[in-house]
Amino acid sequence: MTTRAVVGARRSFARRAVGAQSAVWRLDGVMLVAVAALCVIGTLLVWSSTRTWAPGSTGLVKKHILNLLIGTLLCGAAAMIDHRAMRAYSPLVFLLSLTGLVMVITPLGATINGSHSWILLGGGFAVQPSEFAKLGLLLIIAMLLAQPAEGSDRPRDLDVVLALVASLLTMGLVMLQPDLGTALVLAVITAAALIIGGVRKRWIALLVLVAGTGVFSVFHFQMLEPYQVARFTAFVDPGVDPRGVGYNSTQSLIAIGSGQLFGKGLLGGGQTTGRFVPEQHTDFIFTVAGEEFGFLGSVTIVLLLGVVLLRGLKIARQCDDRFGMLAAGTIVCWFAFQTFINVGMTIGIMPITGLPLPFVSYGGTATFANLIAVGILQSIRIREQSFD
Amino acid sequence: MTRMRTRLFMLHVLVLALLVVLAVRLWQVQVVRGEEFVTKATETRTRAVIVPAVRGQILDSVGRPLVRNQTSLVVSVDRNALLRMKDGGVEVLRKLSTVLGQPVKQLQDRIRPCGPGISKPCWTGSPYQPVPIERKADTRQALQILERQEEFPGITAEIQSVRQYPGGKAGAQMLGYLQPVTEAELEKREGLKASFSGVDLAGRDGLEEVYDEVLRGKSGLRRVQVDRMGKAIGVEQQVSSLAGDHLITSIDARLQEVVEGALHRAMKGAPKADGGAAVVLDARTGRVLALASAPSYDPAVWAHGITTTGYKRLLSEESGKPLVSRAINGQFAPGSTFKVSSVASMLRAGYPLNGTYDCPGSYMVGDRAFNNFRGIGLGTLSLHTALVKSCDTIFYRSAYEQYLRDGGRSPKKNAKEVFANTARAFGFGKPTGIDLPGESSGRIPDRAWKKNMWALTSATNCKRAQTGYPEVTDAARAAFLKLLAQENCAEGFVLRPGDSANFSIGQGDVLVTPLQLARAYAALVNDGKVRSPRIGWARVRPDGTLVEKYDVPVVGRLPISEKERLYIKNALSQVPSDGTAAGAFSGFPMDKISIGGKTGTAEVWGKQDTSWFASFAPTSNPRFVVVAMVSQGGMGAQTAAPAVREIYEGIYGIKRQAVLPDGKPATKLPKFSPDGTVAGG
Repeated sequence: MTTRAVVGARRSFARRAVGAQSAVWRLDGVMLVAVAALCVIGTLLVWSSTRTWAPGSTGLVKKHILNLLIGTLLCGAAAMIDHRAMRAYSPLVFLLSLTGLVMVITPLGATINGSHSWILLGGGFAVQPSEFAKLGLLLIIAMLLAQPAEGSDRPRDLDVVLALVASLLTMGLVMLQPDLGTALVLAVITAAALIIGGVRKRWIALLVLVAGTGVFSVFHFQMLEPYQVARFTAFVDPGVDPRGVGYNSTQSLIAIGSGQLFGKGLLGGGQTTGRFVPEQHTDFIFTVAGEEFGFLGSVTIVLLLGVVLLRGLKIARQCDDRFGMLAAGTIVCWFAFQTFINVGMTIGIMPITGLPLPFVSYGGTATFANLIAVGILQSIRIREQSFD
Repeated sequence: MTRMRTRLFMLHVLVLALLVVLAVRLWQVQVVRGEEFVTKATETRTRAVIVPAVRGQILDSVGRPLVRNQTSLVVSVDRNALLRMKDGGVEVLRKLSTVLGQPVKQLQDRIRPCGPGISKPCWTGSPYQPVPIERKADTRQALQILERQEEFPGITAEIQSVRQYPGGKAGAQMLGYLQPVTEAELEKREGLKASFSGVDLAGRDGLEEVYDEVLRGKSGLRRVQVDRMGKAIGVEQQVSSLAGDHLITSIDARLQEVVEGALHRAMKGAPKADGGAAVVLDARTGRVLALASAPSYDPAVWAHGITTTGYKRLLSEESGKPLVSRAINGQFAPGSTFKVSSVASMLRAGYPLNGTYDCPGSYMVGDRAFNNFRGIGLGTLSLHTALVKSCDTIFYRSAYEQYLRDGGRSPKKNAKEVFANTARAFGFGKPTGIDLPGESSGRIPDRAWKKNMWALTSATNCKRAQTGYPEVTDAARAAFLKLLAQENCAEGFVLRPGDSANFSIGQGDVLVTPLQLARAYAALVNDGKVRSPRIGWARVRPDGTLVEKYDVPVVGRLPISEKERLYIKNALSQVPSDGTAAGAFSGFPMDKISIGGKTGTAEVWGKQDTSWFASFAPTSNPRFVVVAMVSQGGMGAQTAAPAVREIYEGIYGIKRQAVLPDGKPATKLPKFSPDGTVAGG
């Protein structure tokens, strides 16, 4: 009996894993293939852009592959957790991410490449808590706004206020680093969740007003660092100082434009080899794609990202619980914002902002956070019709 | 839930829109404007470095260098490398200033690119080209920089070649000089157009200019791939430079030296002399064996960049304008040397070759008496003796008679103008076409010229005829000038009888260059053919392979028969032994080397006479034509003839070693060893 039960359990596990009813078959394969393709392309680009750091080296490519492997495990783990359970743990995740952000501003934090956003783990590894903060904030807001008021499909005012408090708290800590790019992503996450969550238009109007006042006072009271102002000036007129603040946008345009239709081939990009574009393995990795893979390659990357975004939206729409819908929609908005800002700044239609390109840029914490988010999307997808 | 789904749908539309925006913009940047960015990428990614070609040498007829290259150590500053440093390279320049002993400020000034509001010292070349800051660095300085490159980033020391002139001042105007090429000149050149660098030089003046394309060679180019920091990471394109070809000239360096010396002494011997020229032609070929002009200058002043004061000195009156070659640009009345043309004119006008002519002391041309030299009558003479003794009145008379035949003051429609046209057939009044730039044409003052002059000057003359010359203090002179102005105003367009008389003896308005006179004599004593003289003989590759031989073109023929030509030649052959130059050639071994020639003493108003001697040797079968001219040198026999004698003594080795073996110019091009050096040279 016992033995049989054990064998039956095994069979049932195996069947559950690959059988017709298994969750594996409910995964969004298209999105996963797109994400995998982006990760492969990203790996090639990281190789191309960092191999020149030392003669004969492979640059950061090994470390990047390691990051991707860890990220894949985290993605799988996230996919396996029922998103409704995730909702329960949301406050914990949020608190952990806040703790991380606080640690950055204690002596534990470290400055890398001019931004004080790191915690060193030793052995050459470091984490960037602000990337996890995106996830933490996203989950807590989704949780808060997922409980509609009695007899209504709109969130309760108290929850909206709590969501805003959580958001401002996170953004405030991020701005202390300071990391304007991530703060903008957090703002977008908050706004997206509020809009998708069905918040009344008057709340939205109020938020727009507050945001407007905020932007005004930031400029008026000169709360921005001079370099940040300069970036916006350079965006408006890249010719203003081609050797200074305009350098990045000018050089990234040159690199991408010179790729033309077919590109110069992997490792064949002279601008990349000459490292004319700074941060070309992280924030400006799209310039490498543009130069070496040409229009066909770079538009493929945009399309793959588009596939991820649209499949994510499909998951959100097909989900029949508010938390899943909110979380999925907000993740899509986060990715969409980062994609548009990142690609846009390299082709001169967005100001320079220090944001990585999802799944493509080098960067451990960002890769983990992005892949966990993909895992959450899959988790929502797997279980969206479980109770039908 | 429905509201959420609606909002998600809107989000869907927004995401699609953003994706389309990105794709469209990518198409615009990469496909529509792709070419533009490819060009920009090449500009940012690569630096073109010019590898200058070694310029060919200018050699004499046996292969001795007239102009060669000397290597020197040049220290250059890469301004872009300095600009990328935190302090703008001030620290590096400070160290460099200690090594070179130049003030930092001076170094900073010299490396900034010239532009609006930035005047010299500044750098005229490409901003990407290293700026040469010290062209005469010594080995110690170069080693200090090269061995400690980490302390001198952006500073290089390399070997470059500069022009060197073994003959010093000899033939400086003929050789010419080099200056940095201008952008306009570069555009005309073929080949590497994008390579304007300021390093490239172009020949200015003389052989360097005329044979610039031969000597220049082709600059090489290294297009170096650089990274963001300007560090070279590879060579993208390499075009080796091609050394320029050598120019072999017909000049003989030793003869040139002799000629320069003779001219120098002739100038010294005439206290008022302010300039001179000497030409030695190979009578049989029309090639130039020596071409000298005094005063001269050392062309080395150009080699390291000339200073403003240095340049002014080359052009100033006080230093005698040494930049001007009097051999081709000096225009002077030729005096009696011109009578060879006048004898030919007489023959063309129908005067018999073997006739006899009266040579009175004075002859009335119109209402004015024209005198022989010192007013001495010489009796009845043949044309032969008229040339030997240099009778003037015979020529006055024939010229005046021809003037009257042409209609005098009111010329016939088809005036023959025999004297002027014959002179033109001798090659006067137009450039000889020698392979040197900026040659003067001289002047044949015929009726047409008179009219032109009048058209140009009548306004001034007629005004002066009214107002006079109140600024001239000498009352007599002022009165004379006023009278002259009145005369010129009233009838300046008329060729007057006196003009024709003066013309016949090479006085008045007729002007020739020493080279014109030399080639006329060469035609006269050789074969009657007027040639366009050449200095360039052949173009050879650096290894000695012949590329091209330059022929001496025949451009005309003397308007006289062979008999007439020999008659005139024979008359001239007697001048140095029995005629006007007998004194200058006394003691010269005429039995061994007989010299023929003609003296000339041309009057210049308010100045000393221009001294001429035009000659050839040996008289039987002439090989050389030597013409010397000293401005304000006095009588031809006094100054120019002794200089010519000295030149012949050098050529034939009288009282000294002969500069030309057997008294013959080189007839074969020099032979080159396989390594490019001249065998036995």
